[in-house]
Amino acid sequence: MNDGKDDLELEQERYELFADPTYNFGFDRRQFLKAFTGGIAMIVPMSNLIARTLQQDQGESGGRFNQRVPQEVGAWIHIEESGTVSVFTGKVEIGQNIRTSLAQAVAEELHVPLTTVRLVMADTDLVPFDMGTFGSLTTPMMAPQLRRAAAAARETLISLAAEQWKVDTNSVRIVDARFVNHDASKSLTIAEVAKGQKLVKTIPADIKTTPVSEWTIAGKSVPKVDGRDFVTGKHQYTSDVKRDGMLYGRVVRPSALNASLESSDTKAAEAMQGVVVVRDGDFMGVTAPDLQTAIRAEKAIAVHWKAPGQPGNEELFDYLKQNATRRPGRPVGSIVDGMAAADKKLSQTYTVAYIAHAPPEPRAAVAEWTDGKLTVWTGTQRPFGVKSELAEAFHIPEEKVRVIVPDTGSGYGGKHTGECAVEAARLARASGKPVKLVWTREEEFHWAYFRPAGVIEVNSGVKNDGAVTAWEFQNYNSGGSGIQVKYDFPNQDIRAHGSKSPLRQGSYRGLAATANHFAREVHMDELAQLVGMDPVAFRLKNIKDPRLKAVLESAANTFGWGKKKTEGRGYGIACGFEKGSYIATAAEISVEPKTGAVKPERVVASFECGAIVNRLHLHNQVEGAVVQAIGGALFEKIEFKNGQILNGRFARYRVPRFSDMPVIEIVLLDRKDLPSAGAGETPIVGLAPAVGNAIFDLTGKRIRSMPLTG
Amino acid sequence: MANVTNLNVNGKKLRVNVDSQTPLLYVLRDHLNMTGTKYGCGESKCGACTVLVDGQVMRSCVTPVSRVGGKQVTTIEGLEKDGKLHPLQEAFLKADALQCGFCTSGMIMAAAGLMNKNPKPSRDEIVKHMDANVCRCGAYARIVNAIEIAAGTAKEVAAHE
Repeated sequence: MNDGKDDLELEQERYELFADPTYNFGFDRRQFLKAFTGGIAMIVPMSNLIARTLQQDQGESGGRFNQRVPQEVGAWIHIEESGTVSVFTGKVEIGQNIRTSLAQAVAEELHVPLTTVRLVMADTDLVPFDMGTFGSLTTPMMAPQLRRAAAAARETLISLAAEQWKVDTNSVRIVDARFVNHDASKSLTIAEVAKGQKLVKTIPADIKTTPVSEWTIAGKSVPKVDGRDFVTGKHQYTSDVKRDGMLYGRVVRPSALNASLESSDTKAAEAMQGVVVVRDGDFMGVTAPDLQTAIRAEKAIAVHWKAPGQPGNEELFDYLKQNATRRPGRPVGSIVDGMAAADKKLSQTYTVAYIAHAPPEPRAAVAEWTDGKLTVWTGTQRPFGVKSELAEAFHIPEEKVRVIVPDTGSGYGGKHTGECAVEAARLARASGKPVKLVWTREEEFHWAYFRPAGVIEVNSGVKNDGAVTAWEFQNYNSGGSGIQVKYDFPNQDIRAHGSKSPLRQGSYRGLAATANHFAREVHMDELAQLVGMDPVAFRLKNIKDPRLKAVLESAANTFGWGKKKTEGRGYGIACGFEKGSYIATAAEISVEPKTGAVKPERVVASFECGAIVNRLHLHNQVEGAVVQAIGGALFEKIEFKNGQILNGRFARYRVPRFSDMPVIEIVLLDRKDLPSAGAGETPIVGLAPAVGNAIFDLTGKRIRSMPLTG
Repeated sequence: MANVTNLNVNGKKLRVNVDSQTPLLYVLRDHLNMTGTKYGCGESKCGACTVLVDGQVMRSCVTPVSRVGGKQVTTIEGLEKDGKLHPLQEAFLKADALQCGFCTSGMIMAAAGLMNKNPKPSRDEIVKHMDANVCRCGAYARIVNAIEIAAGTAKEVAAHE
């Protein structure tokens, strides 16, 4: 056991990293060289990508990655002899638009048009190992390294051009994707320079990249690079992939979570033409030449399942506390002294429900076995993790598995695992043909995983002047992300305890940062009320961090905080920090008198994540996070009992729709002097507490559970 | 159980030999290889499977193929004419009205159905009509903007001019 901090921090990311890579990466430098045919390749060593993580981690959370620094290829840029620029990365595109933003970064440094850069993403036979696309890490880690690699490739190309002309490298420039000499009397295309070369290089340590202020391609708002394929329906998601002779699969689902298969009668299904029934332990599935037959076969199978009794919603929060694995924290100062110094004290408990990711594209996989090698197309945020899962499930070496991730119908942290890939591969192995398996929406709701539910207890002390003197914060089960405060509290005891979760739980956009911000920011509002202070003034009294102060003031000013109040409207605000970026959210709400339905009418989100890479896509990510947050804040909640999900359909599980949209104003603070942090997650955390505080402002009713109207 | 149904999809006459109860969605996707129309929920609650039948919005996941025999079915693949995008497709790109893009086909078809009966819908009419379509990435505001651009009623400047 370490000093407790490591323990806490490990807990933070337990869901993101639950399946450790096995380090059988299958794409090392030697293999890379074997695959490389010609042109110029600029390698980003894995250690560069890891080093950033390590650095960031030591700053923020204790250095988890120091055990895993392989000397491997992390990504590379290939300038083909034809002049085509290809970027190879294990990152996946799930709607966050990194296919565009990474291409922009490379085009910027190479001084070539965006359209000449092609990204090869997330095909485990073609790209180097990557831990996965999560944690808002692509922009802070992958993008700067690709930019450095592109800058190094540019310098290499320049020196090759100079060599051809027998001139000094300083006299060669790139203008409109052409190399020109000092008086522009001679010019060469990239293809002319790259032709006949067979050069593999690693980024030199001293390579300089273009300062943000001089960017002309990166950081600009450009349309999605392959947008046309999406608006014409041509883009092939996993569920659109078709292989010769492909069959359609269905899985016979258990009666409840944790059920085991007692007995089954498969005769009727097996009698159907072309149907193969597969049973392996508790797994039962069918394949058929078409989906309708597969569905009929699945329904024709009679199975007796045995399921244990399991807790449901009603006893959930007691259950989580009773089954807690208590973890030590690393207290700052003394809670006893802080409480003694307080004029007023407050103890409150907050709860957060399980919610589903409900990605637009349910889990899907197409699996094909050829000569003992397994190829699976599937939508996942961890292609190499799924590759390991498959190798393990079928007891085959990792090099016998290829995972290809087509640009996917989103994930929000919900697609870190490979259940569907494993199932499709099992069915394909039994039937001897490629098999497509697309989960139904009900399966996605029942058999994927959820954002963890949690109980959070807060004890605090405050002086009459608004200074918080003691802050004791204990989270049961939902996790440690965003649990640390950026407020200037002198005495803190903050802990994230594990528990036994009745439902399968995992990552979700923002992880526990949403729950922890909800509890913290609602509690801050309660403290402000306790000492009779304005919620913004109260927060500012406790803030020294200039970046937190900046977003809070920005949101308050843009919102017009404390100015005019409209009858029938409530106003609330919240702020926070997570994964290197800062958010403040202000909300104006109304309540429908008859139904009690809460409607966010206007939301201002001020966000700062260092230097802005692509303003439009950043705006979209922030806006998307605010919209998605409305669901968890107001109505999303998984209802369950005895291992069954009771509301696992869109007809019963309400997600945000067009009519739920408030007027959203987004303020993006651009800190060109700071490195860019990821932005996919943090903007989600401010909405629920801001809306909760606004409900209190309007109705005087303090709601301490998410969803607020559940 | 098999039945032959005569279909007219995107102006093309086609015959399919499937159970007449098969939802149109799977006939399009699995039998006709038109995969632009998506499965999202199978109970007409998300709109990913939206197509037009005789110009009207229809959820293909709950529509038996036999019900559209002899009618004009339009899918996302049928909007582009001679390599030229439909104004809604142009507008969705212009307004950046998509992130992961999985709901996009359904959104565009639902909007096309709206504009068939109401070429210049108000913002409220757009929201009301589109409320049956779900986008999980949160692009709603940009989708409304895109429809307004296509309808020529947009007040806001589009993302990419």
